[in-house]
Amino acid sequence: MFGLDRKDTRLLILVAILTMAAPFLLNPFPEGSAMAQFNAGYPDLMQRFVIFGIFAIGFNILFGLTGYLSFGHAAFLGVGSYAAIWMMKLLTMNVIPAIFMGVIFGGLFAVIVGYISLRRSGIYFSILTLAFAQMSFALAYSVLTPITGGETGLQPKTNDPRILDGTLADGATPKANIFGLEMSSSFELPLGSWLFTFNTGYYLAAFVMLASFYVAIRIFRSPFGMMLRAVKSNQQRMTYTGLNPRPYTLAAFVISGMYAGLAGGLMVAMDTQVGPERMFWTASGEVVLMTILGGVGTLIGPVLGAGAIKYMENIISKINSDILHTWFAFLPDGLEDLVVTLIYPFIGKGWHLTLGIIFMLVVIFLPGGLVEGGQRIAKLFSRKKADDNTSDVAKAPAE
Amino acid sequence: MTKSTFTRRGALKTSAIAGAGVAMPTIFTGSSAAAFTNEPAGSSVTLGFNVPQTGPYADEGADELRAYELAVEHLNGGGDGGMMNTFSSKALQGNGILGKKVEYVTGDTQTKSDAARASAKSMIEKDGAVMITGGSSSGVAVAVQALCQEAGVIFMAGLTHSNDTTGKDKKANGFRHFFNSYMSGAALAPILGANYGTDRKAYHLTADYNWGYTTEEAVRTSTEAMGWETVAAVKTPLTQTDFSSYVAPVLQSGADVLVLNHYGGNMVNSLTSAVQFGLREKEANGKNFEIVVPLYSRLMARGAGANVKGIFGSTNWHWSLPDEGTQAFVRSFGTKYGFPPSQAAHTCYVQALLYADAVERAGSFNPCAVGEALEGFEFDGMGNGKTLYRAEDHQCFKDVLVVKGKENPTSEFDLLEIVEITPVSQVTYDASIFGGELGACNPGA
Amino acid sequence: METFILQTLNGLDKGSAYALIALGLTLIFGTLGVVNFAHGALFMIGAFCAVTLSRILTLSYIVVDESKTDFLGNPLKVDVPYVFDIFGQSTGEAIIDWAVPLAIIFSIPIMIAIGWIMERGLIKHFYKRPHADQILVTFGLAIVLQEIIKYYYGANPIPTPAPEAFSGSFDFGALIGFDANTIIYPYWRIVYFIFAAVIIGAVFAFLQFTTFGMVVRAGMADRETVGMLGINIDRRFTIMFGLAAAVAGLAGVMYTPIVSPNYHMGMDFLVLSFVVVVVGGMGSLPGAVLAGFLLGILESFASMREVLELVPGINQIIIYLVAIVILLTRPRGLMGRKGVMED
Repeated sequence: MFGLDRKDTRLLILVAILTMAAPFLLNPFPEGSAMAQFNAGYPDLMQRFVIFGIFAIGFNILFGLTGYLSFGHAAFLGVGSYAAIWMMKLLTMNVIPAIFMGVIFGGLFAVIVGYISLRRSGIYFSILTLAFAQMSFALAYSVLTPITGGETGLQPKTNDPRILDGTLADGATPKANIFGLEMSSSFELPLGSWLFTFNTGYYLAAFVMLASFYVAIRIFRSPFGMMLRAVKSNQQRMTYTGLNPRPYTLAAFVISGMYAGLAGGLMVAMDTQVGPERMFWTASGEVVLMTILGGVGTLIGPVLGAGAIKYMENIISKINSDILHTWFAFLPDGLEDLVVTLIYPFIGKGWHLTLGIIFMLVVIFLPGGLVEGGQRIAKLFSRKKADDNTSDVAKAPAE
Repeated sequence: MTKSTFTRRGALKTSAIAGAGVAMPTIFTGSSAAAFTNEPAGSSVTLGFNVPQTGPYADEGADELRAYELAVEHLNGGGDGGMMNTFSSKALQGNGILGKKVEYVTGDTQTKSDAARASAKSMIEKDGAVMITGGSSSGVAVAVQALCQEAGVIFMAGLTHSNDTTGKDKKANGFRHFFNSYMSGAALAPILGANYGTDRKAYHLTADYNWGYTTEEAVRTSTEAMGWETVAAVKTPLTQTDFSSYVAPVLQSGADVLVLNHYGGNMVNSLTSAVQFGLREKEANGKNFEIVVPLYSRLMARGAGANVKGIFGSTNWHWSLPDEGTQAFVRSFGTKYGFPPSQAAHTCYVQALLYADAVERAGSFNPCAVGEALEGFEFDGMGNGKTLYRAEDHQCFKDVLVVKGKENPTSEFDLLEIVEITPVSQVTYDASIFGGELGACNPGA
Repeated sequence: METFILQTLNGLDKGSAYALIALGLTLIFGTLGVVNFAHGALFMIGAFCAVTLSRILTLSYIVVDESKTDFLGNPLKVDVPYVFDIFGQSTGEAIIDWAVPLAIIFSIPIMIAIGWIMERGLIKHFYKRPHADQILVTFGLAIVLQEIIKYYYGANPIPTPAPEAFSGSFDFGALIGFDANTIIYPYWRIVYFIFAAVIIGAVFAFLQFTTFGMVVRAGMADRETVGMLGINIDRRFTIMFGLAAAVAGLAGVMYTPIVSPNYHMGMDFLVLSFVVVVVGGMGSLPGAVLAGFLLGILESFASMREVLELVPGINQIIIYLVAIVILLTRPRGLMGRKGVMED
């Protein structure tokens, strides 16, 4: 289907089901129950899952296929975001032009950075991309304040020109929309004590992610993808056969820059605000970590990695000692305090600690990232079913 | 599909219907279900405390959170009531807000606008918070304030000192109790003139971002107005840690005062560098060389150790103030946590109480009603003397403290001494000078 | 002219910090081939060795002073350090005053131990793993280490002053024939520079003139052959790791009076130190030192008012701009070896 083989089609359908049913899947606990803290099915976080998923998928096209480790990818996301917010300020609050310009500007900036940085390989390439991103951040934060809004960033204002939109009704604030349908509008479905939220913005982002995922599969399976893998495995041999790897790597770099720009544009579409920290090196580092955590070079890995990190950031950081006490209220007082004291350093303001520990555990015990974890579990099950069938899973390369 | 711009989860979470179970999918429309975003329907109301818990301002954030927890305790009738006893408005009963028990959720801003918005959004969308408060930087305050305006909840700013928050980026749903750059400049200038003379030459080192710009401008304008000359103003990167190359040339520039428009870690490091370079022992133009720090943070100033001694600056509030409100607050905070509160803790505590009081007086959690109750509200007994929440820009106008690093501190908290309480009339400005538009209040649904 | 000399001094001072950190990093990264994102954390832990020692020295018992009151009106509790009881007040005060220099001795065994544990317990298993895995595991470790420090010491900077004797500044200008009061430089920064020079010299001498150093250098050049000669190169690499950790830690200890340490100072330096190492060239110790000083000096000059008026914002980006120019004109940085971390 769609020009994919059976396995890829299955993967795509699986991802489609997961994204479309996310409001259900991420909200497994009833409202008001103690476990509701772990629900992630609210619009903002679901949007972040898929947007950072797109970002990581794009990053993986460069890193996973060619092995070139860019440490400045957040710059493209930032440039895409700034382009998008300017479209919203100048043209219209409709998100289509904003997202489109995000992709274009992310791609253009990637052409410049890629053209220069790809003259070097290995760590030298990484540092060049890092240098460009850090310069973008520093300038956006300071001297470029007239264009970027500096520290306080940019938001749509009521008095922006917006030449395509009619004048706002008195007292109305500009809201991101797609042909009138607001990004923040939601449809809510209460079922028993569960409440599921279906958000317009999320579904737009989810469709875009599905499309990006599909494109990524096609790139992975195409002759172009083979070329990129050749760059990774042995660039010298490739050169000897008379092929110049530069155009291929540059193409991969620009494509992944456009993915980042797309993610940036979508972020603005969902949440109309841009700040320069989006381009700081930690943001570039984050997408590297997402990809490695999920599984480098696998299709689904980066998405899982992005989800895991964003989940920690948004869910674990919100658990405070009060909530812990409610959870363990059933224990005798002394024991309750002890348990809370033991867990407390890992939650709330300690969420970084948990994140660091998870990074270490995953890389030590699951060298292939979360995807390998999934494969091991799958292997366990298939071994139970039929012993001779296991080789099938084992042989399947981690794509 | 119907639009309910932001969810009414708060309502569902606590309402009786939730438990009963509704078998058939129901479509809620914003207008029929709730009058405004997250209208509290049960016996409790949820507030969102969004403070930095990781990153350089984590300790300041922790202090803010302590203040909020204390405020919640007092609002629910626990503890000794703190400033509720000294507050001029007597609407608060100690029985929650409008009889609803106050509950809260916490989040981590990481002092990044993206993270702060994500955290605030989760409070609004997931936890049903009806008000968001906190924060320790202007970038975060402006970003979260804009979000709250869109979402239709009230934002009570925490520590944010840039003019922009209630200037060019002001919003109808946002309120700030903390003072700003302009007030710092206006309050400092006369004291500087009186102590150092009116013929000084100043050298500014300015953090290269919005807050730095507004602070430099405020101090420049007000000191130049009394006769000081600005020799130079050099911008320093936010990420700078070693300021030697910025401090070293100051002595030769002909300046005799160094103004450090830095906050937090930047301020600690630049001040340490300046003192190490011996600036304070030097003479220039026949006068003693002096250093000024426009915005003091006692928590951070601790990092500079003995270097703050004798250095002038301004602050929103200090625990050593003699008035009843301050004493009541310091007593309950100190008894609970064992050390005096910071100015960040104070402004957050006051903001929480002011919000609760406004809701009581308005008789509703509706952001528009609350906003109306806050606009033009005059109060006293909150540690800053008579204070006005100005309607035009939602900025509090109150006395500003000019402080000086203490020569002989008796404890690690006793770093600053109050030099002067600049009366509010001296720091009041016209609401229109920074531009920006409040817009109309947005109740969400 | 005076400004020029001043900024050169500043540059050398900044440069010595960069060079020290880069030296340790390049021992691990440029030679063992491990991308160590936890190196900044080692620097930070070094700084906190100084903080910890001064905390230990000021360990106190509480005496209630009825004549004074604290902020709540209760009798003031005065801390009396135990060292006062052991050595008497004046010696005790002197010992506390000299906490930072004393921390040098205190930190060396600690840092070597940390380096040793890190290498044996973790890094050893990652020599043959892809760089990506090394990044993830060392980044995770860096986060864990800094969170532990944050848990115990909080997030705010902690003042750790230099001994009274070094706290002032002296007139460097008068020394070299300029007018008085033109070139003033703090004592401690000069101490730092000399200290850095000694450490760098010692590391080079160690690698150059000892048999151990010779084996390690041979191991860097061709690990397999050295292994085949029956030399236990792994053991030596462990020692190198400990050495690198100690260098980073010492850089941190001595840095505390210049910048009050906080838990994230390692992350602040991390990116910069990678840039320095790569600009210097992979696998080259002299390159790392040279790049450290070069970037330090250029950064200092870029922060001059005259330069900033000409090119606004140049102080924000100078290091990265220089890095790009150097990497484009010299493919392997200043003194890099062919084939190290190029794929």
